[in-house]
Amino acid sequence: MALIVSHGHSVTRNPLKLSAPLGASMAFMGMDGTMPLLHGSQGCTAFALVMLVRHFREAIPLQTTAMNEVSTILGGMDQVEQALLNIAKRTKPKIIGLISTALTETRGEDMKGDLKLILERNPELADVKVIPVSAPDFSGSLETGWGKAVTAIVSALAEPASAKQQDCKTVNILPGVHMTPGDIETLVDLVEEFGLKANVLPDLSGSVDGHVPDHFIPTTYGGATVEAAKNLGRAKLTIAIGEHMRISAETLQEKTGVPYVLFDRLTGLEVSDRLMVCLSNAAGKPVPAKIRRARSQLIDAMLDGHFYFGGRKFAVAGEPDFLWSWGKLISEMGGELVAAVTPVHAGHLSELPCQQVIIGDFQDLEDQILEAGGADLVISNTNARLSCQALGVPHFRAGFPVYDRLGGAHRVHVGYRGTRDLIFKLANVLIDHPDHGHGHGPVPHSTEHDHAAAPALG
Amino acid sequence: MLNRKKIQDLMNEPGCATNQAKSEKERKKGCGKQLTPGAAAGGCAFDGAKIALQPITDVVHLVHGPIACEGNSWDTRHVGTSGPELYRRGFTTDLSNLDIVNGGEKKLYKAIKQAIAKHNPPAVFVYQTCVTALIGDDIAAVCRAATQRLGTPVIPVEAPGFVGSKNLGNRLAGEALIDYVIGTREPDDAGPTDINILGEYNVAGEMAIVKVLLERLGIRLRTAITGDARYNDVAAAHTARANMVVCSQALVTLARKMKERWGIPYFEGSFYGISDTSEALRAIASMLIERGAAPELMERTEALIAEEEAKTWAAMEPYRARLSGKRVLLYTGGVKSWSVIHALQEMGMEVVGSSVRKSTEADKQKALERLGGDEDKLVDSIAPRDMYAMFKEGRADIMLSGGRSQFVALKAKTPWLDINQERHHQYAGYQGMVTLVQQMDQALSNPIWEQVRRPAPWDIEE
Repeated sequence: MALIVSHGHSVTRNPLKLSAPLGASMAFMGMDGTMPLLHGSQGCTAFALVMLVRHFREAIPLQTTAMNEVSTILGGMDQVEQALLNIAKRTKPKIIGLISTALTETRGEDMKGDLKLILERNPELADVKVIPVSAPDFSGSLETGWGKAVTAIVSALAEPASAKQQDCKTVNILPGVHMTPGDIETLVDLVEEFGLKANVLPDLSGSVDGHVPDHFIPTTYGGATVEAAKNLGRAKLTIAIGEHMRISAETLQEKTGVPYVLFDRLTGLEVSDRLMVCLSNAAGKPVPAKIRRARSQLIDAMLDGHFYFGGRKFAVAGEPDFLWSWGKLISEMGGELVAAVTPVHAGHLSELPCQQVIIGDFQDLEDQILEAGGADLVISNTNARLSCQALGVPHFRAGFPVYDRLGGAHRVHVGYRGTRDLIFKLANVLIDHPDHGHGHGPVPHSTEHDHAAAPALG
Repeated sequence: MLNRKKIQDLMNEPGCATNQAKSEKERKKGCGKQLTPGAAAGGCAFDGAKIALQPITDVVHLVHGPIACEGNSWDTRHVGTSGPELYRRGFTTDLSNLDIVNGGEKKLYKAIKQAIAKHNPPAVFVYQTCVTALIGDDIAAVCRAATQRLGTPVIPVEAPGFVGSKNLGNRLAGEALIDYVIGTREPDDAGPTDINILGEYNVAGEMAIVKVLLERLGIRLRTAITGDARYNDVAAAHTARANMVVCSQALVTLARKMKERWGIPYFEGSFYGISDTSEALRAIASMLIERGAAPELMERTEALIAEEEAKTWAAMEPYRARLSGKRVLLYTGGVKSWSVIHALQEMGMEVVGSSVRKSTEADKQKALERLGGDEDKLVDSIAPRDMYAMFKEGRADIMLSGGRSQFVALKAKTPWLDINQERHHQYAGYQGMVTLVQQMDQALSNPIWEQVRRPAPWDIEE
C-alpha cells in the first residue's frame, strides 16, 4: 500500500507531465485518414508536433486554429471554421479531431456549440467526421487526454448493432496510451490465436509503426477506420487496457451494450493468465498449445531472471498506468520500488507495493532516489536523462517520449512473450550494472562501468 | 493586454532591410503575416522568446502557464554550453484549473522563490504564456516585487503565444534584454576589441569554431546573445565595441537600440559559408579599427582569411568528384542561404531549390544571382506533397532541411541532412563547411539507398 502525496511545490522542475491535448492528438494518430486540429495558439501544435515527430520518427499530421490576439478576445469560432474548411479542402481527411486547449477553455469557448453552427452552414464539411474533444492543458495529463479523445471517438462514431449484425467472433480492444504499436500487434495476434477477430481503437499499430507508404498522404495513414469505429457495437466483448481507458469502455457499453473487461495492465504472468482465460471464454476454446508453451517460457524466464531483480532498487516515473504496469512487474520479480513518481493523481496507485507515490516531477524523482540511498535502475522516458546523469544511475528508456533510442514502436511488453523478453532486457541491464553499492543477490562479475558517464541503455 | 505599441514598433523596424524595401503603405501593415488556420506551421511568440533566451546557460528559465508550454518542450534544443547546465532544466508553474480561477500571481512568486532557494542563479527569466496573459496575471509586477524582495534580478518576458509568430517572439525577447538586462553591470575588463554576436544560439555547440577564429585575431567575444551566454556577460554587453547580427530578422531591433543607447555600431553577417565567414571577419575588424583598435588588425585578418580559405578549399577538394552533379534541395527557412549555395556550387553540385522564407531582400537577390536568375528555384515554402513528388521523380538527390520535413525525404527514400537546431554537427565557419560537405557525402554514398529503392522480388514486373 502506498501513500499518494503531492510534491507540494509551486514550481515544477523538469516536468514529467505532458499535456492532455498532446495525449488526445496521439489518440487520433491511431485513426485512419485523420487530421487532428488543436484549437489554440500555433505553439500548442508546434510543440506537440515536434514531440510526436521525434518519438515516432514519422511525419505527423497535426494542425492548428492559430488563435491570435484578436480571436483570443473576440472568440475563436471563425478560426475553427476557417481551419476546418482549409483542412477539408487541402487534405481531404475522413476525420478531423478538434481538440480544445487551455487557451480556448480558459476564455470559455463553447466549442461544441460553435461546431454545430459551423457544420450547419458549411455543406462542404458533410463528408468529414469532425470529433470535438475537450482536453484543456490545465486538467490531467497525457493519459487523460488520450482517454478523453477515445471516449469522444466512441461517442461520435460507435453504433448499437441489431441482433443480426452482432458478431460473437469479434472482440473490441481499447488500448491505453502506454501501449506501443508492437504491443497492439501482439495483442491482436493473441486474439487471433483463439480464432477471434480484433477491432482495435485507436490503432497505432496500423499508422505510426514505421512503414513506408508508396505515395504521399497528408493525413494519418493506417489505423482504425470510421467503419470499424461504427462497428464497435457488433462485438461480443470489449477489452480495455489501463485504468484511464475505463471511461471509454463504459461509454461504449452504455452506447452499444457491449460489455467490457478492464485489464489494469498486460505485463506479467498473472495478468497474462487472466487475459488468456478471458479470450478462451470468449472464444469457447481452450488455450492453444502455442500459448501454453509461451507461458512455460515466461515461467522459465522468471526463474532465470529473479536473481537479478531480488534486492535491487528501482525508480519509475511516468503516467499513472505506465507507473502501475512497471511498478507491478518489478515487485513481481522481487525488485524494490524505491521511487515512484507520476504527474497526476490516480486512485489505484495506492495499491502499488511501495511506501509512497509522489505526484510531481523529475526533480522529485531525483530527491526520492537520494533519500533511498540510490537506485539500481530508473525506468522512464527520455526526459529522465538529466536526472539519471546527475545521479549516475542507469536509465532504461520506456514510455513517451523516447527520442534518443530507436525501435520504441516495436518493443513489446504484453502477454507471456512480451513479459519474457522484457525480463531478459531488464535483467541484462542489471547484469551490466551489478551492485550499485547497496545491492545484494548473486550477481556474477561483469564488465566494469563508469557511473559518472551515466550509462545509456534501454 | 500586451503593449500594442511595442509590437507595432517591432513590426516596423527601421533597421530591417526587408522593412525598408517596402512601400510606405506596406510598411504600415507591419511584418506580421496573418496565420492561416488549418494551414499554419511553426512556433508561437512564446516559443520564439524562449528560443532566443534559453541559451543563457546559468539562469533559471521559468514558464508561467499550464503544462503544455514547458512540459511539451523542455530540453529539446541542442544548444550547447561550455559550463553551466542550469538552462537545460525545465521550470514551470504548471497551472491547474484552480490556479487559473484564483489567478496565478501568488503561485508565480512562490515558484520564483523556490527556484532561487534551490539553485541560487544570477537571474530568473519569467515567461508569460497565453493563459496567464488572458487571465491578466501581471508578471512584470510579480518580477519587480521578487527582484526587490529576493535580491536576484527577475526578468519578465512578455511574449504570450497568441501575439504572433516565433519571429516576433525572438524580437520580444530582445526587448526584455534591452529593458531589463543589458547595461546593468559595468565590467572591469572592457577592452578595445570586445564584440557581441546577436542572434547566435550556439546550436550544436558551434560557437567554439567561431571563438577560435576570433581569438586568433585577438578579438574577444564579450557575449553572444545568447548562445552559451552567462547572465553577467549579457548584462555587460553594452561595453562591447561592435555588434555583429546574425539571423538578422530576429534581433536587429536590439542591435539598433544598442547603437542608439551606447553608440555600438553593428553589421549583419553570417558565419555560414566560406565567403560569408571571411566577410564577417573583415567587417568585425574594420569596425573595431574605426572604433580605435590597432589598424594592423586588418592585416592579420586578411592573413587568417587567406590561410583558412586555402585550407578549407583544399580540405573540400577530395569531395568534389564525388558530389559533382548531385542535385540539392536547400530548405532551411532561416539562415542566409546564398553563401551556402556558393559553396555547394563550388563542389559542382546543382542547387535545384532554396527557400528564402526568412531571408532579407538583399539576401534573396544574392541567392538569385547564384542560381542564375532562376526565380523558380527561390521558394517561400514547398507543400510537403510537392516536395515528396520532387524526390519521387528524382528531381533532387538530397535535401538539407530541419527535422520537421525530414520524413518527407526519407519516406521518398531520399538522403536527408539536418541543418536546423536539432542537428548534432557544427556547420559554422570554415571548418563547418568542410563538415557539411563530408556529411553530405556520407549521406549520399550510404549503401542503403540502393537497397531500399530496389522493389521486392514479387513486385518486379517481367
